[in-house]
Amino acid sequence: MPAPIFDEMNSAPGVVREHYAAYARWLAAQPVEVMRSRREEAELIFRRVGITFAVYGAKDEDGAGTERLIPFDLIPRVIPAQEWRDLKLGLVQRVTALNRFIHDVYHGQEILKAGVVPAEQVLRNAQFRPEMAGVDVPGGVYSHISGVDIVRAGNPDGSGTYYVLEDNLRVPSGVSYMLENRKMTMRLFPELFAQQRVAPVAHYPDLLLDTLRQVAPASANDPVVCVLTPGMYNSAYFEHAFLAQQMGVELVEGKDLFVRDGFVFMRTTQGPRRVDVIYRRVDDDFLDPKAFRPDSTLGCAGLLDVYRAGNVTLANAIGTGIADDKSIYPYVPKMIEFYLGEKPLLANVPTYQCRAPDDLKYVLDHMHELVVKEVHGAGGYGMLVGPAATRAEVDEFRAVVRARPDNYIAQPTLSLSTCPTFVESGIAPRHIDLRPYVLSGRSVQTVPGGLTRVALKEGSLVVNSSQGGGTKDTWVLEN
Amino acid sequence: MLSRTADHLFWMARYMERAENTARMLDVNYQMSLLPQSADEAEQGWRGVLGISELTGLFNERYPACDGRNVMDFMVRDADNLSSIVCCLSAARENARAVRGALTTEVWETTNQTWLEFNRLLSRNDFQRDPSTLFEWVKFRSHLSRGVTVGTMLQDEALHFLRLGTFLERADNTARLLDVKFQSLAGDYFGHGAAQTQQQGRDNLEIDFYHWSAVLRSVSGFEVYRKVYRNVIRPDKVAELLILRPDMPRSLAACMNALMTNLQYVANAQSGETLRRAGRLQSDLQYGRIDEILATGLHAYLTQFLDRVGDLGVGISRDFLVPMAA
Repeated sequence: MPAPIFDEMNSAPGVVREHYAAYARWLAAQPVEVMRSRREEAELIFRRVGITFAVYGAKDEDGAGTERLIPFDLIPRVIPAQEWRDLKLGLVQRVTALNRFIHDVYHGQEILKAGVVPAEQVLRNAQFRPEMAGVDVPGGVYSHISGVDIVRAGNPDGSGTYYVLEDNLRVPSGVSYMLENRKMTMRLFPELFAQQRVAPVAHYPDLLLDTLRQVAPASANDPVVCVLTPGMYNSAYFEHAFLAQQMGVELVEGKDLFVRDGFVFMRTTQGPRRVDVIYRRVDDDFLDPKAFRPDSTLGCAGLLDVYRAGNVTLANAIGTGIADDKSIYPYVPKMIEFYLGEKPLLANVPTYQCRAPDDLKYVLDHMHELVVKEVHGAGGYGMLVGPAATRAEVDEFRAVVRARPDNYIAQPTLSLSTCPTFVESGIAPRHIDLRPYVLSGRSVQTVPGGLTRVALKEGSLVVNSSQGGGTKDTWVLEN
Repeated sequence: MLSRTADHLFWMARYMERAENTARMLDVNYQMSLLPQSADEAEQGWRGVLGISELTGLFNERYPACDGRNVMDFMVRDADNLSSIVCCLSAARENARAVRGALTTEVWETTNQTWLEFNRLLSRNDFQRDPSTLFEWVKFRSHLSRGVTVGTMLQDEALHFLRLGTFLERADNTARLLDVKFQSLAGDYFGHGAAQTQQQGRDNLEIDFYHWSAVLRSVSGFEVYRKVYRNVIRPDKVAELLILRPDMPRSLAACMNALMTNLQYVANAQSGETLRRAGRLQSDLQYGRIDEILATGLHAYLTQFLDRVGDLGVGISRDFLVPMAA
């Protein structure tokens, strides 16, 4: 008997949870036509603002390029104050331990020596960057911006438990949607914010800038920060431009940067200008054609040398992928105990590692009820959702896993919590997750809430925007 | 400011300005085509439009006949014509998108909205029935874009490069318009002095009136002319207004004054020569006289002006916009 699905608004049909009471009353009074016209209004505004993302290989029917809107759902996800306080403590704890872990694996490797994490799983991992060994980064911070994906699953007694699904420590995206969704809700339904105390999020760019300046090289007394983007055809370009603008810093491409005399400069109308902190939205592999992929035109030749010499800070650091790899994920609770001497506050999803023979056998036998993921996969690609897959798909995946077991992990299919969502047929429950953004500089900070993603297809558990997911405004109530 | 950013801003403003001027020019020609005239005269008018933009060759390759319908199609919505309004608005928007962080939210949204809306207007497919409304709309969106730019942007380099683009493009466009309009009607008679005007018959005077008032209207200068000269419309005065009057916003002198101001704001270690040339062109206009200009021949004068403006564009690009070697 599977556990019941946890609904964020209703504890039972027709019974609204306390923190949703005011909203539910308001919602019940809204005619469907009003909601529908508000949704159209939201779409128009998103188009005008240009909050779009690029889908590889897609083309608009009017030929206007490959820009798509991420569907925005009008009904917010609401988190009570106490729940958020608990979540926040857990997030700070987790990200702190992850940063300690990355520092450790590139320095003394105490955790490997202690046998808490198997050494070969770190050292032979494609995400391990030997270039980073012995390199000291300001404050010992590697993942300055972390996007921790959290889901809530129902328990047999009707309660729900938050689980961390994955830690995104490379270039997590989506924070601009968190900010724009809030702006949109305030614009469409200002009366709601007069009725209830919703914690604001608009100061995120300020926190981000502060964090980036805190981790500048010691030699920079008024640090110059910039955002490095792969360019305007990247799917997250809107976000890169948005964050640069909100922080008031330059948005640069690789070709705007060059290295001279051990420092990084950007080409400006007044000549070269030194850069101290680069918030890079370009993957490790493309950062420096001299050190990594030689065919990359997105990076800056010689950047790695400057970085290793401590003359520029990269956020996030090179080599953080070693800590958010799915094969390392199962060890995070142990890391927290190892580095902080604390019990983990946030739960991990139980994970089977197919590299272990016992786990592999279990996974192959129970594939139809598990979610199987590629260790290095992302964006909802390279995964199998057992219960939703056909028999043939399961058989096919079984062969793939058997061929390369160490490339896969598996987890029980969690029944992600649902939230009422405004869809074609009216208001109906859809599955959601939550990505809070955690900023690490001299201290670890968050803004209340994060980005809620919603699987718009009925019954679907895949919330990724590339696979038909949408987003919701996320409210943390203040009491 | 990043050189690349400055480059995008400069071109964003140029394309927006070009879209507006193209709309102005087409509107005037369209209005003229509603007056009684022979087929030859009508064709000559439309040929002039193509000549201004140096697009006669491309047009002839693609369209069977030179009539209003085809020329307007070509200049408004032909995606293969990089100077068409649709291409200009798209290029303005793409440049803005590349540097949206350097623009205020209002400027970006105005530019983006213009592009989205224009595509919607075109897809309705009724612009041929009522082209003037579309041209008015393009002008209006350009006014809006300029107003939002001046009204919301910090007065720093970003604004200065936008303004540089605007005035360089406008100087170029006004000069081209003048050149073609004087040639199409007057031949080279300005080389013979203005005395002939008085000897022309009533018919010619009437044609003149409509011709020159159309030229003036295309630069929003008809009412300005009346206010400045309080007299009948005479070609030499039209030329003076559009070339030398520093208080006429679309005149060559006004464009060069604004260009010079903005160029001084952004000056850097290597822009001395460009500044010198711009200053020289500015003084030529400041101290020039229309009878001198007409005596040497208007066409020759304008051709030389266009060369010098083109040269300034190259200089600005070299000094500021093209990334310097590491």
